[in-house]
Amino acid sequence: MKILVCIKQVPDLESRFKINAQGTWFEETDLAWRMNEYDEYAVEQAVLLKEQVGEADITILSVGADRVVETIKKALAMGGDRGVHVRDAHSYEKDPFEIASIIAEYARDKGYDLIFMGMQSQDRGSAQVGVLVGEMLGVSVLTTLVRFECDGQRVRAERELEGGLRAKVSAPIPALVTCQLGLNKPRYPTLPNIMKAKKKEIQTVEVGDLLKANARIETIGMYPPVRKGGGLILEGDVSDLAERLLGILKEKTTVIR
Amino acid sequence: MKALLVGEFRDGKILPATYELLTFAAKLGAETVMFLAGREDMLPHYGGKLYLADVSSVGEFNPDGHKGLISQVVEKEKPDMVVFSHSSYGWDLAPRVGLALGAGILSEVVEVEAGGEFVVPACNAKLRRRLKPKTPVTVVTLQAGAFAAASTMEESPVVEKMGGGSEVKVTFDGYVMAEKAEVDLGKAEVIVSAGRGIGKPENLALVTALAQALGGEFAASRPVVDAGWADHSRQVGTTGQSVAPKLYMACGISGAIQHLAGMKKSDFIVAINTDRDAPIGEIADVLVVADLKQFLPVFTAKVQAG
Ligand SMILES: Cc1cc2nc3c(=O)[nH]c(=O)nc-3n(C[C@H](O)[C@H](O)[C@H](O)COP(=O)(O)OP(=O)(O)OC[C@H]3O[C@@H](n4cnc5c(N)ncnc54)[C@H](O)[C@@H]3O)c2cc1C
Repeated sequence: MKILVCIKQVPDLESRFKINAQGTWFEETDLAWRMNEYDEYAVEQAVLLKEQVGEADITILSVGADRVVETIKKALAMGGDRGVHVRDAHSYEKDPFEIASIIAEYARDKGYDLIFMGMQSQDRGSAQVGVLVGEMLGVSVLTTLVRFECDGQRVRAERELEGGLRAKVSAPIPALVTCQLGLNKPRYPTLPNIMKAKKKEIQTVEVGDLLKANARIETIGMYPPVRKGGGLILEGDVSDLAERLLGILKEKTTVIR
Repeated sequence: MKALLVGEFRDGKILPATYELLTFAAKLGAETVMFLAGREDMLPHYGGKLYLADVSSVGEFNPDGHKGLISQVVEKEKPDMVVFSHSSYGWDLAPRVGLALGAGILSEVVEVEAGGEFVVPACNAKLRRRLKPKTPVTVVTLQAGAFAAASTMEESPVVEKMGGGSEVKVTFDGYVMAEKAEVDLGKAEVIVSAGRGIGKPENLALVTALAQALGGEFAASRPVVDAGWADHSRQVGTTGQSVAPKLYMACGISGAIQHLAGMKKSDFIVAINTDRDAPIGEIADVLVVADLKQFLPVFTAKVQAG
């Protein structure tokens, strides 16, 4: 079974973001980077499937600047077999359609039975790239999965809807599935596996060799939202904070007697 | 400007978010038509033209089939824009339709601006992006609640029935309901909620202790539930419970839109967070900038002391 997992490296969202000079994205220096949370579930599900079927080969692909190699290595340490780095220092300037076109161009004719992706990225959250890649390749597309099974012919899964409801869905392979939080329990790479991953091959492909499409969306600007909330911000010594909060709750609510 | 609005029908009902599409279209000043896979005896309160596919034959969830039907309507009506809710139905279907139409696709739009620009959130709502499509036809999905539905009028649509099969890969095999509930959060006057900021399961005790001291219930954000540290019935948000207690205390919760959707109607909201810029600050009445591991024990002791 041939499996492709597409992952994205994203900034830690607890960071303080500064807008870049062009005003279209955030300044990328001084940020900590990690694997997109949703993609961790995608990697884990691919590895679980390999463990189930025995014979499988998992390719981990990421589009981005040189720093994304670190994230590819993490996915290899979780159980991926080989990596593909589509080198693009300007991936953040591309729209989901371009990114999907790049991935589809790479995957076309390679005969992947299954492609796993996160349902969205934590920084952009468009939830488009997975669906677009699957549709471009003409395979079955199942999104927002919280349960996954594959018998080698069909994927049987549950997709999460709103308010605790789930839909049972199925489709023949080849298929692309997008993973929702909670689909499984992503493993932490162990030290021996981190060492082993160092020897795994990571192929570099220049983005220019794969990009054949034009953007369909233009970015005009990026900015922090104006704070509407007139909420109070309390800072300082913990004991003092606790005293002040208790005073506020006594005054503004009826729950403390 | 003409917009095709894609309504949503689930588990035998028209979803209220369908009416948010109308608010958006009105903001754009667009002429509208609607598509719905629904039922003839349950029409939406909508005064325009409705392309209705019978849900008993085309299914409630059938992305390949619905894509084909929507493409037929686009062919006939030639809209400039196709509009969906950013829901589990919309974010699955919109990219499929967008690709079929060669359209630029904008996800989770929260505002429209002059000059055909659209605003979408980024980085857990810490930032916003202003985007503009470069294609003649655009597909958009709207963030839930961003375009509040006006009160619906007793109007009825002019119905044009449609059907027709297309090749279907994904099949829908029924709904599964959430497992039996451990707790009914709806009854609690005080909810103290734990987020990923608790760091490890042992620290959940800090949150439950405060909930108990305040005579309330404890709840959690999704990562805490996904990790198995709390029961799903305690999850607050779009895929969990919606609550509106007198006091909601969010401990180590960043304030993602999907969490806010489940608690923003609370009377009084307190957030405990180490990050002064956490988006929860946007709706909190009080944001206490502190490490919950230090703050909660001290605060709980003071509550107990009265
Ligand atoms: C379709 C969909 C549905 C979803 N449904 C839900 C839902 O129903 N409910 C839900 O909650 N989420 C839901 N989510 C997930 C949501 O997008 C967020 O990922 C989630 O709410 C984040 O939870 P969190 O705030 O606990 O964690 P994080 O976003 O990781 O935030 C942790 C916070 O803790 C703070 N912190 C860290 N350490 C400390 C400390 N020592 N003291 C104090 N503060 C600290 C950090 O500054 C940060 O703000 C959904 C997502 C999707 C895509």
